[in-house]
Amino acid sequence: MTDGTLPIPKAQSPFRRFASEFFESWIARVALFTLLAIIVLALAAPWITPQDPYDLAQVDVLDGRLSPGSEAFAGYTMWLGSDGAGRDLYSAILYGLRISLAVGVASGVIALIIGSLIGLFAAYAGGRIETIIMRLVDLQLSFPAALTALILVAILGKGIDKIIIALVLVQWAYYARTVRGSALVERRKEYIEAATCLGLSHGRIVMRHIMPNCLAPLIVVGTVQTAHAIALEATLSFLGVGLPQTEPSLGVLIANGYEYMLSGRYWISVFPGLALLLTIVSINLVGDRLRDVLNPRLSK
Amino acid sequence: MTAPILETRNATKRFSKSLDFAARLARRMGANVSEETVHAVDGVDLAILPGEVVGLVGESGCGKSTLGRMVAGILPPTEGSIVFEGADIAAMDAKAARKAALEIQMIFQDPFASLNPRMRVDQIIGEAPLFHGIVSRTDLSDYVDDIMRRTGLDPSLKRRYPHQFSGGQRQRIGIARALAVKPRFLVCDEAIAALDVSIQAQVINLFVDLREELDLTYLFISHDLSVVEHISDRVVIMYLGRVVESAPIADIFDAPNHPYTVALLNEAPRLDQRRRAFEPVKGEIPSPLDPPPGCHFHPRCPHAHARCSSERPALREIAPGRMSACHLNDE
Amino acid sequence: MTATLSVTGLHTHFFTRAGVVKAVDGVDFQIAPGEVMGLVGESGSGKSITGFSIMGLIDDPGRIVSGSIRLKGEELVGASDEAMRAIRGNRIAMIFQDPMMTLNPVLRIDTQMVEAIRAHERVPKRDALARARDALGMVGIPAPEERLRAYPHQLSGGMRQRVAIAIAFLNEPDLIIADEPTTALDVTIQSQIIHEAQSLCKRTGTALVWITHDLAVVAGIADRIAVMYAGRIVEAGGIDAVIDTPLHPYTVGLLGSVPTSNRRGERLTQIPGMPPNVLNLPEGCAFRERCPRAAAACHAQPPIAEPRAGQVVRCFHPHGQEASR
Repeated sequence: MTDGTLPIPKAQSPFRRFASEFFESWIARVALFTLLAIIVLALAAPWITPQDPYDLAQVDVLDGRLSPGSEAFAGYTMWLGSDGAGRDLYSAILYGLRISLAVGVASGVIALIIGSLIGLFAAYAGGRIETIIMRLVDLQLSFPAALTALILVAILGKGIDKIIIALVLVQWAYYARTVRGSALVERRKEYIEAATCLGLSHGRIVMRHIMPNCLAPLIVVGTVQTAHAIALEATLSFLGVGLPQTEPSLGVLIANGYEYMLSGRYWISVFPGLALLLTIVSINLVGDRLRDVLNPRLSK
Repeated sequence: MTAPILETRNATKRFSKSLDFAARLARRMGANVSEETVHAVDGVDLAILPGEVVGLVGESGCGKSTLGRMVAGILPPTEGSIVFEGADIAAMDAKAARKAALEIQMIFQDPFASLNPRMRVDQIIGEAPLFHGIVSRTDLSDYVDDIMRRTGLDPSLKRRYPHQFSGGQRQRIGIARALAVKPRFLVCDEAIAALDVSIQAQVINLFVDLREELDLTYLFISHDLSVVEHISDRVVIMYLGRVVESAPIADIFDAPNHPYTVALLNEAPRLDQRRRAFEPVKGEIPSPLDPPPGCHFHPRCPHAHARCSSERPALREIAPGRMSACHLNDE
Repeated sequence: MTATLSVTGLHTHFFTRAGVVKAVDGVDFQIAPGEVMGLVGESGSGKSITGFSIMGLIDDPGRIVSGSIRLKGEELVGASDEAMRAIRGNRIAMIFQDPMMTLNPVLRIDTQMVEAIRAHERVPKRDALARARDALGMVGIPAPEERLRAYPHQLSGGMRQRVAIAIAFLNEPDLIIADEPTTALDVTIQSQIIHEAQSLCKRTGTALVWITHDLAVVAGIADRIAVMYAGRIVEAGGIDAVIDTPLHPYTVGLLGSVPTSNRRGERLTQIPGMPPNVLNLPEGCAFRERCPRAAAACHAQPPIAEPRAGQVVRCFHPHGQEASR
């Protein structure tokens, strides 16, 4: 007395189904391609750029403020021009992207891990513990992120590690709130009751049953928050409290060119600005598409 | 007489919605807010013999699912106790309590929400027996195959995810998951209500077969009287958190005692009753937040008199093996 | 007497990414004034889509591909949106499983009911209000004056469904389509609602199509029954004839699946297998793969036959025909 088997096309894994749906939108395809291209360019920077902008021996002040297409003293063409310190902007942007992406991803991943563990703990513990944690989250979220980050960096000082710590402290609360929300929904479902009934341990129920089912919104928030972190880092650097002048991120480059904007040397600010814009927009578009595909209410 | 495998003694569950800070503040300022308490289950005594199938019937808000969850160990009782093979589960040491918890398993209503969508079928079925050391990792695959075959599932499908199965197959996966820890007692909470009619029959037959093969005892919770009548040895009828009648299957369907049971039996749709004209029982089911005093059924009861609205009728034995909670039996 | 509704050769298909879903694939039936017809089937049988097709509520990617739906002789397939809006709620009304499909949660009951009347008729507000009150009384709502001033969330589920039914009957429509209206309700409330719907139809001459999966409910309310399987009506006829002497093997199997008191404790006769995938229906009779009587002939589509007066079946080997075979 077996049921006949269901006529299912293939033993399609949830991931495959998700991927095929994701690529249905051309905007998502373009955005993901752009993002991957940016990442590849950033990673390959040392091999595809004529100059290492961090190596002071390669930077010549006499090359300063050259317009796009000029020839550098060392003989190569500066397609995007140079900044006030004589850095080739093409090289500086790619190296800057490395820093921006690294800071964004590192702070995003750390905040995601810390935030979601806190959120899961709050949802599963319930009661007073949950109330205290969630009030803390509310408090954190009620301050403007840029302001909090600014204060934290002012206290902690400059440097990549300090920036990452500041960004994690600003962002964990978003993850905690997201995870708690979906964990509360999942927790009430019958499969969690079944796991309780089967005598599984609390840790196992949280990590094996609740956590994997909260991943979808977490991934969406993760992408959007990474873009946010990159923008925040650029803001801090622009304001001069972020990364040092010797290792310019995109924000520093924009800030450096700002004073030349009115004298017609637009390229020093505009090209790094465009690179930042492209990065953030492509991440956000990918995030939007993820949200559409992962949202069960929108799927047919 | 054999000893019952499971008893509930004065099992009671209250859900109270305690006031949050804003509500407490509002009350201090004179607003009319108070803590709300729902008596979901109100002092239920139940004894189930080994091998018996007990049908638990009632309408929404009667507390049948809450009682089932207390028996299955998912909700702790507010008062009273759940007794498994003569021992109170709450008073057991950790090891004995875990053993008792595994012996009582539950089958859920919703075949979609009751399976973890991120796990493959073999993981769903095999997780608990592996975790509790019922089966070793090397034997796990054969063990899962065997249980899948027993529940009418094709073992070659065990690498699939729940969403690739139909409702009936998913319900079988849920049954297989419960059977994997070798239970002796199954709580089936509306286990077939969400299935299509032709699939319902398949799953009912599976329950009947498994009972014989594995010596199982069932607490079969349902709102559907015809299903309960088909599968059960004994029926317990609940209304607003209390048991109103309990009797062997033949007695209750041939000669119901409590007026609520009479109404339920009259009004359950049946194939052999066509276009009938009758006067259905009046009124709505009262809110469990604010149940009527005395006998909960008195506002809708055609035989209610003064005593019914003031005094709670006790559940008494009215004939051997038959219990009913109605003042009419005293006259 | 002319039929209130006459559906012939209705095909409603959905053009999805995965392929064409033939949700309704050749449905014919008629229903007379005051008659109650039970439309029975399992999930995916097309019973609800039939109801939505009659209401003109098929949205993309679905489309009525062919067939005719006539309300008192007037063709509804291909009618303009404007014409359908005038008909919906006035001459055809619908009751859903979830009454909140009909009720607006932020408006009071009286506002909604008066609006429903005045959308189709120019009547003074006072008269509309009186009619709304009468309608609530007719569906057995105690203290209708009070209920009129309530918001939907202040009513219980059963009470809301009664209000939805009262709204459906407000303009004395020719036809009401009820899609699983009591499935979410308790037994005692269900029987009250069935009782009231039945007597209202007899009194007003409104025809009622009661869509459900529950054979026992249909037995309690309907005059006639149509059994759907995989987009087609496989058997239709008077309620007593179909339930007591079913012809189609699917109907026989379905009836055998329902536990009844005279077979207490026995194994139920179950239909093997599962309903077919609507994306990929087998050739010929869709039930053939689960059917104990299937033979080579079943690879062709069986025609509609009427082996007994008033009872039609789509099967080459119907039950009750053994003598003639």
